[in-house]
Amino acid sequence: MTAPRARPTAITWAGLTVLALLAVVPIWTEWADALFYRDLATRLIILAIAAVSLNLILGFGGMVSFGHAAFLGIGAYAVGIPAYYEEYSAYLQFPLAIGLSALFALVTGAISLRTRGVNFIMITMAFAQMVFFAFVSIEEYGGDDGLVIDVRSEFSGLFDIEDHVIFYYVCFAVLVASIYLVHRITRSRFGMVIEGAKLNERRMRAVGYPIYRYKLVCYVISGALCGLAGALLGNYEFFVSPSNIEWTKSGELIFMVVAGGTGHLFGPLFGVVSFLLIEEGLSRITIYWQILFGGLLVAFVLFAPGGIAGMLQRGERNS
Amino acid sequence: MDWGLFSAQFLNGLQLGVLLFLVAAGLTLVFGIMDFINLAHGSFIMVGAFVCATLAQVTGSFIIALLLAVPATFIVGLITERIVIRNLYVRDHLDHVLATYGLILIFNTATQLIWGPEGMVIPIPRWLDQPVDLVGGMQFPSYRIVIIAVGLILAVGLYGVVNHTRLGMLIRAGASNREMVNAMGVDINKLFTIVFALGAAMAGLAGMLIAPISEASIGMGDQMIITAFVVIVIGGIGSIKAAFFGAMTVGMIDTLGRSYIDGILKLVMTGQNAETAAPALSSMLIYILMAVVLALRPQGLFPPKLS
Repeated sequence: MTAPRARPTAITWAGLTVLALLAVVPIWTEWADALFYRDLATRLIILAIAAVSLNLILGFGGMVSFGHAAFLGIGAYAVGIPAYYEEYSAYLQFPLAIGLSALFALVTGAISLRTRGVNFIMITMAFAQMVFFAFVSIEEYGGDDGLVIDVRSEFSGLFDIEDHVIFYYVCFAVLVASIYLVHRITRSRFGMVIEGAKLNERRMRAVGYPIYRYKLVCYVISGALCGLAGALLGNYEFFVSPSNIEWTKSGELIFMVVAGGTGHLFGPLFGVVSFLLIEEGLSRITIYWQILFGGLLVAFVLFAPGGIAGMLQRGERNS
Repeated sequence: MDWGLFSAQFLNGLQLGVLLFLVAAGLTLVFGIMDFINLAHGSFIMVGAFVCATLAQVTGSFIIALLLAVPATFIVGLITERIVIRNLYVRDHLDHVLATYGLILIFNTATQLIWGPEGMVIPIPRWLDQPVDLVGGMQFPSYRIVIIAVGLILAVGLYGVVNHTRLGMLIRAGASNREMVNAMGVDINKLFTIVFALGAAMAGLAGMLIAPISEASIGMGDQMIITAFVVIVIGGIGSIKAAFFGAMTVGMIDTLGRSYIDGILKLVMTGQNAETAAPALSSMLIYILMAVVLALRPQGLFPPKLS
């Protein structure tokens, strides 16, 4: 039961173009000596991985998680806390980041997925707040102030991500892999059940699928992927703090996914690119850029339902 | 048990409870009647506090500032509803979250543009700044007693309005069946606007009351609004009574939890471990309660009898 192979659409082409551009960013930044943009692009890629993971449950599964930043935080602390004890091996930190995120997703998902709609939004927010306050109150790991990570994860025998270009391409590879993963999931029988449940859960259940279990697995995959993004984020910032888990961060992630276009494979990528570029562009115009950003956000919701992918789709239909 | 400490903490919990109630009342009505999630509701706390601080400086009287700032926040709420919120009722919750998140950014930055990045202090009027003796030799600031009194009076007043006036009847009707109220010939849009602005004014009042204790600062409502969501979820969405009991529950659990949880933990674990775990657990308590309520009793602990 696989879907017929669809003709590449404008959205797919746009998405592949963005990926191709991202692939050559370090070459351009080395040549133009614009290292700032390489760092910006690295952050963009890491956030895009997180957004891709959120899109899996939010876009395809209709599960609006308002607590996804918790996974970013867990992943980043899974790098930061071992580093605090001078344990830098990536072979410990990364499995820990992915494993703990998956475990957290399993436990909280098992409870959250018993609720629907607004209640799901609220309960995921509650769990993220618990994680937030847990890290705020652990004085040993810096509490409010967070933890400085002095050494990046060591992939001994493979490569050295202290080198910014290598780190960039590691992140890029993870992004491409996660987009491919979501692509395969949505094309699989499993993915179709998830999308079916979004459209009509009762019917899918009547057909005989154990929807709860399907959704839970989907939620765990999404959480684990976001935890991986968190581990990369900790490495990127050389720092981890509870501010990564604040509810506003979860809001930003939702915005990136929705702005790009929910339920489109490349939607999150468009969302993150436009989010960061607009943020960067506006912050150069004025220190009060957030007022323009907020205005854009409101205008966007009012006038551009369906996000960037939706606009591309409409453009294609009109031509 | 130290009864002096307990009574002080009890009053602190009561104070947090009534402040939360002022914020949650508007939130729950907007949520219950219009099915609208307003993250930007917390911004009215900040707007109220800043407007009141400025008026207090200009007029030299906190009371006059308070009386003028409440209608001012009402008008800010009115304008917000007319320009943005009204167009979003028909959209889904996701759009609500996004647009009102954008509104938070707008409100925070606009406040910074007008009042600068620093917070503003409102001095407590001297006649309100007297310590009151409690049992066991503890003292409690009289201003906090005033907050509790104002909050309780408003709660009773609001209960009266909702249950014994025509406006309240329409609000309750709107909460249980929007389409039907509309079909009966009531201008539901006008009702929405009034309810929204009333909610904004009450949130603003919470900000004004709290400003002399903490200070008016940018983003002061952003954390409180999340707690207010906890309140309405725990209480049950759409009812003033549920919001009141929810606010009291959250206020008490949060305050008493912070002072007594390490003692309770010490009964079951070693002192060292208890002292490490206590702060984490006490700030997580209300979210744990929220998750439990959502999982086991999604209609809330104090749901309205009808519906």
